[in-house]
Amino acid sequence: MQSDIFAKRKKDSLIFFSLLIVVTVGSVVITQYDVSKGFTSLLKAFIWGGSNFYPDGKSLTILPDVLRKLWDTILMSIAATTVATVFATLLALVGSRTTRMNRVFSLVARGIASLFRNIPLVAWAMVLMLAFSQSSITGYLALFLGSFGFLSRAFIETIDEVSNDSVEALSATGASYSHIIFQSVLPSSLPQMISWILFMIDTNIRDATLVGLLTGTGIGFSFDLYYKSFNFHAASLVVILIVITVILIEMVSNTIRRVIM
Amino acid sequence: MKLELGVNREFCEPLLELKHVTKYYHGAAPALEDINFSVAEGEFISVIGPSGAGKSTLLRCINRMIEATSGEISFDGVLISKLKKRDLRKLRTRIGMIFQHYNLVDKLSVIENVLHGRLGYKSTLAGVMGRYSPEEKQQAMRIIDLLGLHDQVYKRCDQLSGGQKQRVGIARALIQDPKLILCDEPIASLDPNSAKIIMDHLRDVSAQMGITVIVNLHQVSAALKYSDRIIGVNQGKIVFDGSPSALTAEKIAEIYGSESNDLMVELGERYAI
Ligand SMILES: Nc1ncnc2c1ncn2[C@@H]1O[C@H](COP(=O)(O)OP(=O)(O)OP(=O)(O)O)[C@@H](O)[C@H]1O
Ligand SMILES: [Mg+2]
Repeated sequence: MQSDIFAKRKKDSLIFFSLLIVVTVGSVVITQYDVSKGFTSLLKAFIWGGSNFYPDGKSLTILPDVLRKLWDTILMSIAATTVATVFATLLALVGSRTTRMNRVFSLVARGIASLFRNIPLVAWAMVLMLAFSQSSITGYLALFLGSFGFLSRAFIETIDEVSNDSVEALSATGASYSHIIFQSVLPSSLPQMISWILFMIDTNIRDATLVGLLTGTGIGFSFDLYYKSFNFHAASLVVILIVITVILIEMVSNTIRRVIM
Repeated sequence: MKLELGVNREFCEPLLELKHVTKYYHGAAPALEDINFSVAEGEFISVIGPSGAGKSTLLRCINRMIEATSGEISFDGVLISKLKKRDLRKLRTRIGMIFQHYNLVDKLSVIENVLHGRLGYKSTLAGVMGRYSPEEKQQAMRIIDLLGLHDQVYKRCDQLSGGQKQRVGIARALIQDPKLILCDEPIASLDPNSAKIIMDHLRDVSAQMGITVIVNLHQVSAALKYSDRIIGVNQGKIVFDGSPSALTAEKIAEIYGSESNDLMVELGERYAI
């Protein structure tokens, strides 16, 4: 019996890797992508980057402007996340099996969460651009809707797994629904929820750059501007600042996480 | 005092009375079938039976954590089955409940978990904000002392041992000022030593505070040692209802069916404990 299992594992991995090779070779052939050329041009790109893509003294004059844009981007990401948190929490309370008041509403809430969760941010940005054209509202709403979907899903799962038993105990003491939410569900889920919120702020700052490219706002727009006007030194300064910001934010959120968990 | 209660049992209105209580889940076989019994104030009752017999269901039908399919349950002169949501909450404040897995809010401290037992008496706002009166806090401290948890008052509950967690569970039930405490396998996850401490506390609760206790147990030996009365359940029906001394080997065999052989070994401890 035992050897059968090992034989089966071996067979499974063999099939998996053969499929992987077929798919890879297939797509290379179909797209006529030249693998060796791909790698050599990557190398060339690095060499070009090394000789052009670095901030020089002159590019530092744009520093105040870029920093302000960066600051705006951070604030926008945080605002999108916090507002999304409020709505996501409400949806999660309706959707979670532990806290739902009604089976049908719960199903609808879970449906909404799954739907929003599966629409990529860029798709939101494109759709919203039809309504609001290229503006910072578009960027903000795109981040908000993306965060809302992600956080709803994450919160529903958190509440589902975290607070079942104590909810039963509190309803047996005669506590009301709102008592149970505030005295049991939220205290139990809060550390996990805060962790998700920090992750979301983190992600939103990265994504805001991308969305900015599309919507012509924020730090993404600065990059686009300098890049297209061949001011590579300035563009590289923008990139470096974004990377530093992302690393800093990540460090801060990791510290907060350590404290609350 | 005990004796007096025993004599009065026939004349007093019973504290709890179940009439023809039946519970169907989805399946064809009922989880409870035509359950009838009444409980006098101050009694210590153990409910025993094999796994899946319906003990947890029976206990939860009493405070309507599970809705019985049919039958009548009255508690302290009130017909529970008919109560609206708000009145049901009010009634539940007088019935404490203790669980196998303690069911505490692990992220909160001992004192906060104990005070949760007061939520049923609170307005929405006071409960949401967790505002408790000085008297309630003093009472919580007294109960915590009584259960030997004074060194743990401000500890988070996920830092406690199983036995300590269960004592917090008892404290949370006691601060409700209950007339009845329902315990669903309170010692099933505990080592023998902690289990004895918990059972002793439950006996004190019953004997000294006059609170009625109904406890589901896996261990026949504990049921024999602690209860005034034992109810044996098998496949949703009561097959034994009497004093521990009336629980003969044949009765145990009847309650546990095919599982009973293993139990006979355990019963060697009957007079050992
Ligand atoms: N939520 C539920 N949905 C469907 N069936 C259930 C549910 N809860 C319990 N049952 C069934 O009802 C019967 C009685 O279950 P119950 O949990 O009351 O037994 P128990 O005596 O407490 O068992 P144990 O000693 O294992 O805790 C079992 O057959 C069980 O499968
Ligand atoms: Mg059970």
